[in-house]
Amino acid sequence: MTEHILQNTTTARDVETVRARELRRHRINAVLRYALLGGVGLLMLYPLIWLIGASFKTNSEIFANPGFWPEKPTLDGYIAGWKTSTPYTFGTFFLNTLWIVIPKVIGTAISCTAVAYGFARFEFPGKKILFASLIATLLLPNVVTRIPQYLIFRDLGWLDSYLPLWVPSALAGDAFFVFMLVQFLRAIPRDMEEAARVDGANTIQTLIFIVVPLIMPALISVCLFQFMWTMNDFLGPLIYISSVEKYPVSLALKLSIDTTEAFEWNRVLAMSVLSLAPALAVFFLAQKYFIDGISSGGIKG
Amino acid sequence: MSGDNRFMGLIYLSPYILGLMVFTALPFLASLYLSFTNYNLMDAPVFTGLANYIKLFTADRTFRKSLWVTLIYVFTTVPLKLAFALFMAVILNYKLKFINVFRTAYYVPSILGGSIAIAVLWRYIFADVGLVNMGLQLIGFEPVNWFGDPTNALFTITLLRLWQFGSAMVIFLAALQSIDKTLYEAASIDGAGKWTGFVYITLPLITPVIFFNLIMQMVQAFQEFNGPYIITQGGPLKSTYLLPIYIYDEAFKRFDMGYASAIAWVLFVIIMALTLIAFWSSRHWVYYAGDKRG
Repeated sequence: MTEHILQNTTTARDVETVRARELRRHRINAVLRYALLGGVGLLMLYPLIWLIGASFKTNSEIFANPGFWPEKPTLDGYIAGWKTSTPYTFGTFFLNTLWIVIPKVIGTAISCTAVAYGFARFEFPGKKILFASLIATLLLPNVVTRIPQYLIFRDLGWLDSYLPLWVPSALAGDAFFVFMLVQFLRAIPRDMEEAARVDGANTIQTLIFIVVPLIMPALISVCLFQFMWTMNDFLGPLIYISSVEKYPVSLALKLSIDTTEAFEWNRVLAMSVLSLAPALAVFFLAQKYFIDGISSGGIKG
Repeated sequence: MSGDNRFMGLIYLSPYILGLMVFTALPFLASLYLSFTNYNLMDAPVFTGLANYIKLFTADRTFRKSLWVTLIYVFTTVPLKLAFALFMAVILNYKLKFINVFRTAYYVPSILGGSIAIAVLWRYIFADVGLVNMGLQLIGFEPVNWFGDPTNALFTITLLRLWQFGSAMVIFLAALQSIDKTLYEAASIDGAGKWTGFVYITLPLITPVIFFNLIMQMVQAFQEFNGPYIITQGGPLKSTYLLPIYIYDEAFKRFDMGYASAIAWVLFVIIMALTLIAFWSSRHWVYYAGDKRG
C-alpha cells in the first residue's frame, strides 16, 4: 500500500528515468552474459579450430603461427600422414576401429535392452540383489578388475584379438547403459505390453515389437555413447592388441607420435583431425540424443 | 504379467549374470588374491602375505609420490570442474537467444576430450613454442615452461579435464531448468536478492545432481590415464605419474601382476572410502524433494 502512495507522489519524469535505468541495466546484463559466453566458447573451441588450420600448415609454420589460416596451405601432412611409417595406411586403422566399434555397439544394444527389460518388467528370485550388483558395478572402478580380466582373456587365448573388447559389452557389461534403459522403461506405462500379451504375444514378441520402439530414443543414446567411447578408447586396445595390423586409430596415433613427432608435426596433426572427424560428424548429426541422454540418464564424460 | 514362468526375468538377465560372474566378480576377487602374491606371468603365483603392501607403504618412494600426485590431481580437478560447470550452467539458464548453440559448443570437448587426438593436441599447444605460449606473448606475458616444471605439468593435465566441463554442465542445466520459477518470485516478494535466491533456493534443490556429479567425476578422476600417459608420460620428475599409470607400468611393462594388483587395491580402497564418505555425508546436505529430512 505504501508503495502505491509513494509511486503516486513521484513525478512522471522520475518514473521515466527509473524505467530507463532498469532497461539499461538489463541491456548491460545481457551484453555481459553474451560476452562471457562467447569468450569462454571461443577459448574452448579455439584449440580445435587451430588444430584444423595447423593440419594444413608446413612443419615450420605450426610453431610460428598462432592464427587459424595457413600461410602456405599444403596437403603434405595428410598425404604423408595417411601413409604412416608402418606397412599399413591409416585406412587400415580406420577399418580396424570400425571393426571394433560396430560389433561392440550392436552387442551392447541387444544385451542391455534384454537385461533392462528383465529388470523393469519381471519379478523373480534374487532381483533385489542383482539390481544392487548393477549399482555396485556402476561404481566399481575398472582399475581393480583389469589385471585378472587380462589373465582370463590370456587363458582363453583371446589376446591380440578384438574379443576382449567385444565380449564384455555383449554381456551387458556396461552397467551404465542398463541402468539408463531401466530408468527409461520404468517411466513407460505397461498398457500396450499388457494388451499385446492378452492378444497372445509372448514376452520376446512383446519386447521386440512393443518395447523396443518405445525405448528407441534411449536406445539411440546408448548406441551413440558407446560409439563415442569405443572410438576414443585407448587403454583397452593398448593392453590387448599387440600386432600393428590390428591397431585401431587411437593406437596408430600413439605410434605416429612415437615415430615421427620429432620433426613431422603436420602429419600427426592431420591424422588427429581425421581421427576426430567421425565422432564430430556423429555428434552434430545426433546432438539431440546426446544432450537428452546425458540430462535424463546421467552419463559420465 | 500373470502366467509367466517366475524365472522368465532371469532368462533375460542371463547375459548380465554371466558377465557379472566372469568379468566382474571373479576378477574382483582374483585381484584381491593376486595382491597377496608374487606373480610374473611365467610361474604360478606365489603367496607372499602382506609383503606387497608392506613394500608399498615402507619402501616404495615412487608409490608415495604417485599417490600424492593422484590426490592433488583429484582434489583440484574435481572441485574446479564442478564449480565451473555449475557457474556456466547458471549463466546459460536465462532466456537468452542461441542458448542451444552455446550449450552444444561447450559440450563438444566432452565428446572428444578422452581421445588420443586431443591428448596429442594438448602436447602441441602447451609446447614451449606452442599455441598457448604464442598467445601469452601476444598479450604481453612471458612464455611458460609447461612441461618442464612439475607444478605446471600437472596443471596442463588438470586443464584438459576442466576443458571437458560440458557433460557436468548439461546435467546441472537440466536440473536448473526443472526448478519451479514461482519459488524465486515468492522469494523476491519477500525481499530476497538474486544471490540469496541462488544460495537458499537453487543450491538446495540441485544438491542431488551435485552429489551425482561429484561421485562420477571423482571415480573418473582417480582413473585418469590417457591424458598424462600421452601428454607428459608421467614426467617431469614423476609429477604427473598418476596411480593408474603406475599400475599399468607394473602390470604390463614389468609384468609384476601381484604388485600391480596391490596398488590397484589401495586405489580401490581410497575411491570406495571417499564414495562411502560422500554417501554417508549426503544425508546432511543432499535434499530430495518430498523428503522431510531435508
